[in-house]
Amino acid sequence: MTVALERPAIAAAAPSKRGRLSLSAVTPYLQSAPLALILGAFLLLPIIMIVVVSFWDYDFAAMYPDFLTTNYSDVLGSWVTWKTYLNTIKFAAIVWALTLFIGFWVAYFLAFHIRTTAMQMVLFLVCTVPFLTSNIIRMISWIPVLGRNGLINSTLVHMGLVPKPIEWLLYSEFAVVLAMVHLYTLFMVTPIFNTLMRIDRSLFEAARDAGASGWQVLWNVVIPLAKPGMAIGTIFVVTLVMADFSTVQVMSGGQSASVALMMKNQMSLLQYPAAAANAVVLLVLVLLMVAGILRIVDIRREL
Amino acid sequence: MSKAAEIDIVSVSKVYGMTTAVEAISLKIPAGTYCCLLGPSGCGKTSTLRMIAGHESISSGDVRLGNTVVTDLPPAKRGTAMMFQSYALFPHLDLIDNVAFSLKMKGVDKERRRAKALDMLKLMQMEAYATRRPAQLSGGQQQRVALARALITDPEALLLDEPLSALDPFLKIRMRAELKKLQTSLGITFVHVTHSQEEAMALADLIVVMNDGRIEQAAPPRDVFERPATAFVARFMGDHNVISGRVTGARDGMVVFDVNGGGSLAACGQGQEAGASIEIAIRTDHVRIGESPSPGLGFTGIVSNIEYRGATVKLSVAGAGIDDFTVIVDDSDFFAKPVAIGDAVPLAWDSEDAIVLGRLHS
Repeated sequence: MTVALERPAIAAAAPSKRGRLSLSAVTPYLQSAPLALILGAFLLLPIIMIVVVSFWDYDFAAMYPDFLTTNYSDVLGSWVTWKTYLNTIKFAAIVWALTLFIGFWVAYFLAFHIRTTAMQMVLFLVCTVPFLTSNIIRMISWIPVLGRNGLINSTLVHMGLVPKPIEWLLYSEFAVVLAMVHLYTLFMVTPIFNTLMRIDRSLFEAARDAGASGWQVLWNVVIPLAKPGMAIGTIFVVTLVMADFSTVQVMSGGQSASVALMMKNQMSLLQYPAAAANAVVLLVLVLLMVAGILRIVDIRREL
Repeated sequence: MSKAAEIDIVSVSKVYGMTTAVEAISLKIPAGTYCCLLGPSGCGKTSTLRMIAGHESISSGDVRLGNTVVTDLPPAKRGTAMMFQSYALFPHLDLIDNVAFSLKMKGVDKERRRAKALDMLKLMQMEAYATRRPAQLSGGQQQRVALARALITDPEALLLDEPLSALDPFLKIRMRAELKKLQTSLGITFVHVTHSQEEAMALADLIVVMNDGRIEQAAPPRDVFERPATAFVARFMGDHNVISGRVTGARDGMVVFDVNGGGSLAACGQGQEAGASIEIAIRTDHVRIGESPSPGLGFTGIVSNIEYRGATVKLSVAGAGIDDFTVIVDDSDFFAKPVAIGDAVPLAWDSEDAIVLGRLHS
């Protein structure tokens, strides 16, 4: 009896269910199509083109479709490339260490020493004010400060602290690192600030209740819980420094090299396939670094 | 493990800028007592607890634990341990490291502190979860871990800040029983902050009812319920009718007073000056339907609402200047002689059930 009753109901439901199924099967693809298109056209396609071109042949005037590995053997076989890569990694390491240190303490100050949310927002916006001008302008404005007759040197000479202007302030690796730290510290402050703000304040009291001193709270509670923010900031800073060419060029006065600067020079000599091979190597290196960071710190909690 | 300490609070105040959260309270909690600080939110009970714990500075007054004045000591040096409202377990550490945290801060080596933490987790029957993170636990399990973490320091007093408020009602009752059992077996002093009078009555040896930064009454649960000291206590504990009026005189060792705009009632109590205002409390379940044998111990009112509650029936009665007088009668008594809404019923109570309420001296 019940079977007989149910059967027509199923029969009636079946066609409409099938119709709904086909529509619902397409829906997710339709929904993801816009983003897939954008990423495909502006990210995937260019990368594929770079990879393809990196195997091409070239001379002083043109590129020839081919499948050669000489571009890669040139990149990896030359001592100059290795030195440039090492130099870039050195910049990345120094800038990372400095931005992490400064960024953490700025974020710490904002998160724990500023009591009102309004003041926190105001100070945070103050941090972002330099970003209202372009990278280049912020970089170039260091020149009158650091130059031979710049603010610092003239002050020091006037005070009689140094007999003649200090040469290494500008057009040196010091200047490159200084400018990069200045440019990229905020990329460290923001994610760390974000993680610090999410820490439950009662954890600090619980730690104090357990007898932790101020430094012990910092080391055992704050820093472990800030790790995801530090990892995100590290990814920002490392990828930005690894890809930087303008800061290195301007602030070192052409005396220092970076991978991106090397690629720029290759491109200006129309050696596109060589630059492409370089780009692929750099991309792999940076992706490996990011993978390493993600292995050490679980940032999924933050996303 | 059991070395309970007496907690002595001597005219302790807490002032935040212009507002006074706790106003010169004095309280003695005997060693090994389960004490509940009870009151509505903002009454200063949590501030009091945090001052005992050392997480809040004491504006004036002293706190003594055992024989030491701990007023200016940091939390870990007081011999107290605190369990936080949201448990405040460290999300980045597994249960063993959470429990062993205070030992790590003391510099106990890894082997020993992990072994001791595991023992503590065993005591709480949580050893099976030892390598999990707090986020993987239920509320009740988190509470056990928080207890283990608090108890590993061998405290003389355990301070609990609304420990049951994050649990669902069923779990609340179960964890309540566990807390009581734990306190009995450890024998240490527990100070438990709650806004639930039911919780306080179920757990406490000593209930401290607080309001507006002051202690309204500190007494065993039965005293607090049967002889509420003030109108606030009577109202907060519930199941009492509070009636206010003006004293007109005395008769047969009873105070006679007029309800504002209504009849005249009497209550047991010390003779007060005529014209003084007075408040009395009458247990809702000690009122019966019927004529009062002696004048002043009852009135006649109109039934405005009837609620059936199973074992009892709740009547709301208005009359003699009293707007809302609650009567709880046994279901068998009620259905033997039922009344309806709108009926005029005589109500009566015994002289010892009318309690004159005091006032805090300000």
